[in-house]
Amino acid sequence: MNLLTFKEKVIPLDEWVQSFVDWLVFNHRDIFQAIKTPIELCLKGFEWFFTVLPPVVVILLFAVAAWRFAGKKVTIFTVATFLLVGYLGLWGETMTTLAMVISSVFFCALAGIPLGIMSGRSDRFQLLLRPALDAMQTIPPFVYLVPVVMLFSIGTVSGILATIVFALPPIVRLTSLGIRQVHPELIEAALAFGATPGQVLRKVQFPLALPSIMAGLNQTLMMALSMVVIAALIGAGGLGNPVVQGLNTLEIGLATIGGLAIVLLAMVLDRITQGFARR
Amino acid sequence: MAQEAKVAVKNLFKIFGPHPKKAMNLLEQGLTKEEIFEKTETTIGVQSASFDIYPGEIFVIMGLSGSGKSTMVRMLNRLIEPTVGEVFIDGEDITRMNNDQLVKMRRKKMSMVFQSFALMPHMTVLQNAAFGLEMDGVDKATRESRALQALEQVGLEAWAASMPEELSGGMQQRVGLARGLAVDPDILLMDEAFSALDPLIRTEMQDELLKLQTKAKRTIVFISHDLDEAMRIGDRIAIMEGGRVVQVGTPEEILQNPADDYVRAFFRGVDPTNILTAGDIAGDTQVTIRITDGKNPRAALQRLIKNDREYGYVIDSEDRFHGIVSTESLRELIDHPDGEQLLKNAYIEDAVTAHNTDSMQDILPEVASHPWALPVLDGAGRYLGAVSKNLFLRTLHRNHPDERAAVEANQDGVQ
Repeated sequence: MNLLTFKEKVIPLDEWVQSFVDWLVFNHRDIFQAIKTPIELCLKGFEWFFTVLPPVVVILLFAVAAWRFAGKKVTIFTVATFLLVGYLGLWGETMTTLAMVISSVFFCALAGIPLGIMSGRSDRFQLLLRPALDAMQTIPPFVYLVPVVMLFSIGTVSGILATIVFALPPIVRLTSLGIRQVHPELIEAALAFGATPGQVLRKVQFPLALPSIMAGLNQTLMMALSMVVIAALIGAGGLGNPVVQGLNTLEIGLATIGGLAIVLLAMVLDRITQGFARR
Repeated sequence: MAQEAKVAVKNLFKIFGPHPKKAMNLLEQGLTKEEIFEKTETTIGVQSASFDIYPGEIFVIMGLSGSGKSTMVRMLNRLIEPTVGEVFIDGEDITRMNNDQLVKMRRKKMSMVFQSFALMPHMTVLQNAAFGLEMDGVDKATRESRALQALEQVGLEAWAASMPEELSGGMQQRVGLARGLAVDPDILLMDEAFSALDPLIRTEMQDELLKLQTKAKRTIVFISHDLDEAMRIGDRIAIMEGGRVVQVGTPEEILQNPADDYVRAFFRGVDPTNILTAGDIAGDTQVTIRITDGKNPRAALQRLIKNDREYGYVIDSEDRFHGIVSTESLRELIDHPDGEQLLKNAYIEDAVTAHNTDSMQDILPEVASHPWALPVLDGAGRYLGAVSKNLFLRTLHRNHPDERAAVEANQDGVQ
């Protein structure tokens, strides 16, 4: 029985995947190019917004948001962070990363909240969705970087798509959790007063799940930021660039300031959105 | 009662679990709930329940936990779908309604008050009270003014802008009640509405409910496991055990004629003097004397002696009560022929009467302090009978000690 010696490959799964992706790229590239358009538009919008505004105004905007939602300490921290990245010579990269991360989170919310609501309301849907979410969170991003590049070519949009794959699960899971945590008595009460399923969702389930949804949004944002370096590998630009460049040329200093800026930006966005979620 | 039923439940079943059809068959074959659960892992929630609820009455469904009472009330608005059977509301079978009709019926005809209050934590007290109207699409100004009126009825208008969590349990349930009242329903379903409250607050809320009921007669279906509560507020009571309705009747009927040991066990520890009235226990074994022209003291005396009674109850041709005479007072009258020989001159002076709706508790002092039986009259002053010390004690006895052995033997089955 040479079937159990494992000397040679029996199942050529790699070749199948290869030919499937090749076939997709060859025959249906237009579909994927069409998917690119809205993402590109959204990204360009945010990028334009952050680059056309003078840095002082951007800092002011974030300071006001921090002040309103997270208090004095976070405001000081926010201003200091933006000043620092500016003085480190990373202002442009920071703005690109911000635009990218915000676009990613926007699309994650757009897809993730409805998916989460559906999986919160249907056990069967949740059962189907769960393995997909598990896969999205556990597959190393490098595995899907290649097909993403093949289908969407190199650039920021591909970076955003890879980020969406990685950052989508938390908002879906936490939205679903939030919907499921609504006390059944409240739903029963709403139904007893003649609420339709749509009214139950709008008036009871969604508002009560909101804190959990906001926590999901915060987690999605954090995960999107953690993809910045990997996205830079496929030409997404932004703060990942100095890190990747430093890695390639062994310039430890360049990699350090890039990494530092990412960490500080993550902390700023985390504190502000957490403050917002508590509202 | 020839009255048209507001809610009519006909042969209603609810079976929870994977094999309702199989369970129904086994049930028809006469298997018990427990046997069916062992065979099919299917639970009988409610079985062959039939009863009518009349307009304007407070109908209490009472039973221990697991007796199916909460399932029963949820089948009245189809929060739980009945497996078999019909529920008629105003003559319309709600089990045949489609979703739109059902939603409309829930909005227009009934509302519900929950044991855990089930207030929306993200809405103000006013928004909570307006919830039913909001579902019905009533515009904001109208629904808020109606919700405010409902809050006024329960004395919470000052709290309209508060959040439910800022209120005490009793106040929260008042909001729950206001939410139920704001839609002005014909039928109010109350699922253990007061069970989560402190005893004092509970009594207060019961009074509140009775007060509201005197202003606007609604049909109230009240679920309770508390017998005192059921007795206090119920016009009629249905007692459930193991998914079956074992008895339906007024509190007095059930107390006097419990259908089985289960019902009897329920009433153990209930003080009958709070529930039974003078009218319920009055006996007609006393001697009555027709007053006719009022000039017959000798005939009256004869009648007492013949019946071996000490006291006689004087009534007129329309049964109206006039007074009590005794052999002694009659002899005195006859022995003093100088006075007019009128029966009324022989009336015992400090004789008092009881009203038929007075509770046994109320009449106890009068029964105890006089040697004669206390006469009981109806609203028009007609003599209904009398309560002697003997009769009073017999009533207490009947409801207590001689049943004790049977009840205790039955206790394990109940718990």
